Amino acid sequence: MVRRVRIKDHYAEQRIFSIRGIVAGVAVALLLLTVAGRLFYLQVLRHAYYAELSQGNRVRIDPIPPSRGLILDRRGVVLAENLPAFQLELVREQVGREPAIDAALAQLVSIKLLEKEDLPGIKRSILSHKIYESVPVKLQLNEEEMARFALHRHEFIGVDIRTRLTRHYPFGPVAVHAIGYVSAISESDLSRIDSAEYAGTTLIGKLGVEGSYEHDLHGTAGYRQVLVNAAGRPVERQGAFTPHLETHPSVAGSDLILGIDMRVQRVAEEGLAGKRGAVVAIDPRNGDVVALASTPEFDPNGFARGLSVSQFNALQNDIDKPLLNRALRGAYPSGSTIKPAIALAGLTYHLVNPNKPEFCAGVFHLPGSRLQFREGKTGRHGYMDLEHAIAKSCDVYFYGLAATIGAQRIADFLAPFGYGRLTGIDIGGEKPGLLPSPEWKKKAFKRAADQVWFPGETVNFGVGQGYLLVTPLQLAHVAAVLAERGKSYRPRLVATVRDATGHFEKVAVVTNPPVQGVSEADWDIVLKGMIGATTYGTAAYTAGKGASYTIAGKTGTAQVFTVSRAERLTDKVSERLKDHSWFIAYAPAEAPEIAVAVLVENGGFGSAVAAPIARKVMDAWILDRDRGAARSTVPPPVPPNPSPKT
Amino acid sequence: MISDDFSESRARRTLTAGGRILRALSMDGPLTGALAAIIAISFLVVYSASGQNLNVMEHHLANLGVAVTAMMFIARFATPQYLRLFAPIAYALGIVLLIVVDFTGHVGKGAQRWLDIGFIRFQPSEIMKLAVPMVCAWYMHERAQPPTFKDLLILVLLIAIPTALIVKQPDLGTALLIATSGLIVILLAGLQVWIILASIPVIAGAAWAGWHFMHEYQRQRVLTFLNPQNDPLGTGYHIIQSQIAIGSGGVFGKGYMNGSQAQLEFLPERSTDFIFAVIGEEFGLLGQLLVLILYGLIIGRALYMAMQGQDTFARLTGGAIALSFFVYVFVNSGMVSGILPVVGVPLPLISYGGTSMVTLLAGFGILMSLHSHRKLVGS
Repeated sequence: MVRRVRIKDHYAEQRIFSIRGIVAGVAVALLLLTVAGRLFYLQVLRHAYYAELSQGNRVRIDPIPPSRGLILDRRGVVLAENLPAFQLELVREQVGREPAIDAALAQLVSIKLLEKEDLPGIKRSILSHKIYESVPVKLQLNEEEMARFALHRHEFIGVDIRTRLTRHYPFGPVAVHAIGYVSAISESDLSRIDSAEYAGTTLIGKLGVEGSYEHDLHGTAGYRQVLVNAAGRPVERQGAFTPHLETHPSVAGSDLILGIDMRVQRVAEEGLAGKRGAVVAIDPRNGDVVALASTPEFDPNGFARGLSVSQFNALQNDIDKPLLNRALRGAYPSGSTIKPAIALAGLTYHLVNPNKPEFCAGVFHLPGSRLQFREGKTGRHGYMDLEHAIAKSCDVYFYGLAATIGAQRIADFLAPFGYGRLTGIDIGGEKPGLLPSPEWKKKAFKRAADQVWFPGETVNFGVGQGYLLVTPLQLAHVAAVLAERGKSYRPRLVATVRDATGHFEKVAVVTNPPVQGVSEADWDIVLKGMIGATTYGTAAYTAGKGASYTIAGKTGTAQVFTVSRAERLTDKVSERLKDHSWFIAYAPAEAPEIAVAVLVENGGFGSAVAAPIARKVMDAWILDRDRGAARSTVPPPVPPNPSPKT
Repeated sequence: MISDDFSESRARRTLTAGGRILRALSMDGPLTGALAAIIAISFLVVYSASGQNLNVMEHHLANLGVAVTAMMFIARFATPQYLRLFAPIAYALGIVLLIVVDFTGHVGKGAQRWLDIGFIRFQPSEIMKLAVPMVCAWYMHERAQPPTFKDLLILVLLIAIPTALIVKQPDLGTALLIATSGLIVILLAGLQVWIILASIPVIAGAAWAGWHFMHEYQRQRVLTFLNPQNDPLGTGYHIIQSQIAIGSGGVFGKGYMNGSQAQLEFLPERSTDFIFAVIGEEFGLLGQLLVLILYGLIIGRALYMAMQGQDTFARLTGGAIALSFFVYVFVNSGMVSGILPVVGVPLPLISYGGTSMVTLLAGFGILMSLHSHRKLVGS
């Protein structure tokens, strides 16, 4: 085997190396040029794109929540304001994934800052927010709770105490059913609000003025650009990174000036104290609601603070139903308060001679029937004309009158007064009540046997029993219609709106279609009857006693449960089966300034319980104003809104 | 004018004095100048990228001290004869240390790379960066070029052993760089062009077959490696942030210590592997081009010095050092600017940390020694 020995040829090797070296050098130059070309592409051609990305990287937009508008009474007394409060907030991004959130919440339960039963709701709320948003888990910590958290603070990442403005109601439960309340934004709220507008806001109006005027009260959210590092933490350094960090201030919500007079409101609530009932007082000249009370009440501050499930259940399941707004949603038989309207119907249809006395023997026999309709508590009245029948609330007189007019005609006549329909008040939740008629009955019942309107039902209609249902607000509105002789205005709680610039905007008065076809003479007859009620009639010793102005009123007793005459008069009747007590009135009778409806559930005879409350309310409005104190309708300067804190 | 003449002559005399000192130290003037410029830039940028961290600067300075000492020592005292003698010893030592590391090594950043020998911790793979090309050059020194098939097999084996050991650590990036430095020697040794051309379809076929037999998750890994943008929160995050940093720098940059991507910590590993993006953000296109030009000068000068080599060992070692340096530059700048996959390779002589500066300057020391001692060898 021949082995070829290769001899090193130094010259050739050097040449090979030189050629390869030069080739390599050229390749090096080309590849470096490639990198340079790539840099040119990034830094020159796509500079704008990357500059924007780097800007977006370091600037985060933080919302500035607007300060919620105040709610004031007509004299400028603050009913709802904003105060700084400490609340516990959680940032999902910092806590971690779901197990970590569960652990943190469980930890908060173990140090007794949260209740176990509230966890599902809180967790839902946390998960419905964006991961970098700070979600409140407990509102309005007290000092003891803050101390307890401070002790365990090191155990938490992403959970901390923050100062926020929160809603405060200085009078607590007073007027809660008119003002409403705010509470934490719920999942269902999130689906209907603009989440950008509510970024950084924790509370939203529920019910009452807070709920209905949410849009005005909330204001407009602002934002602030914040320099952040890669971990998302705000950093101080600015300078060349971002020379102009924009801040766009929020615009505070509008302040609402209500028609409510806090002094009248308090008088109404003192009158209702310890009872279940409602008072609504309206200025008949423009529809302003001067007082709107429903008892029992609850403290709206609890909702702003956040109720635990058990606290809420306690309110919800209370047999006295404090959460029920009886003024708007409580539907009751009207009782005798309907009589002035029935009288007007008879007069307008020319079916009654107001001066012809009818004999009242304490019992009414429907012609062609064996049914007997009994007089109420007042016993037998003897002969009396229309005026006295109203004043003394003679049932027998009105049984007969109603039978004469007929149910359908009564219903047609009553509708323009507002029976059976919404008054259109500017807060939500109102119930329309029920104005029955033969026509209505045909539609409302399925079985043919139930669709028949019985003559006996017409008789009951005349004294406000049977199917008829009214709310206290409706009856206050009816009183206002009577006061203004058929004219009326849509009731409203908010009279003036004051925007963030300090500009006052009066809310326009909405005029309803008037009651037509009633002659002045007929109005006079009914007015006399109602004045009679407070001078010599059913309310003479309660509403009318010692009044320095004339009051036109009407008592009412709504039957809750049909019991025999003998039983009804005894105290053995269970408390909650007793009749509801009504009183409607307006005053001064000659030039009315206030129309009132008072309802006391199971209060018994109307004049005994309801009438004195109405009298006090009217006194508070008319007499105080007559003394000349704060008569001006222009609200005084409004306290400035505290600026939002973060 | 007298004063002008005076200053001119003085300037010339200083230069000559500088040149004389360099010659006495066996150092190359142009190369030393370019290296000094790059290192000066390194200190400037590391100070900014580390968030003005003086600890880091102190460490960096210590590294530089060791590295410069090593370079000067090797340039002056490690003559070509010693180097040729030392090459196989260093290679063997490196292999032993790699095996030791693989079994007992200190775990850093999830991989066993570090060897702790009491007073100093270092990565044996760094030795291999120099030992592999040197041992290949040593092997070819006595043999005729181009390499025969048998030579080729032995060279491939010499490269494959340390590469496999480093892959096992696992440190794929370094392994590839070391394999590349060995391949450079083979190419410079005159590997026949037809073999180079023939190997292309073979490699492509192997890649296709490999892809075909891979599991889905393995393919996914390869895809993420090749296109990190698909994984914006994982590997992709680095490269996306790095491109934002470079692109937002524009032509002139945002200014020294004013790069928001770097200063606000959006850019990861900003003082080490991604420092080139900091240069791009703060000094713009001009700054990065200056750096690339300096690198080009260093590589060009090094190649030129290698070509002047008077024996095979000197030429092959010099060429491998020059071109390996280029590979580091290209892989890092390509990765940072988004044209190459993300491999953990620092920007040579500029990135902070590790022992890479020592290895690199030691390499240039070898190059200078081979170059300055060439007349002593005689032909």
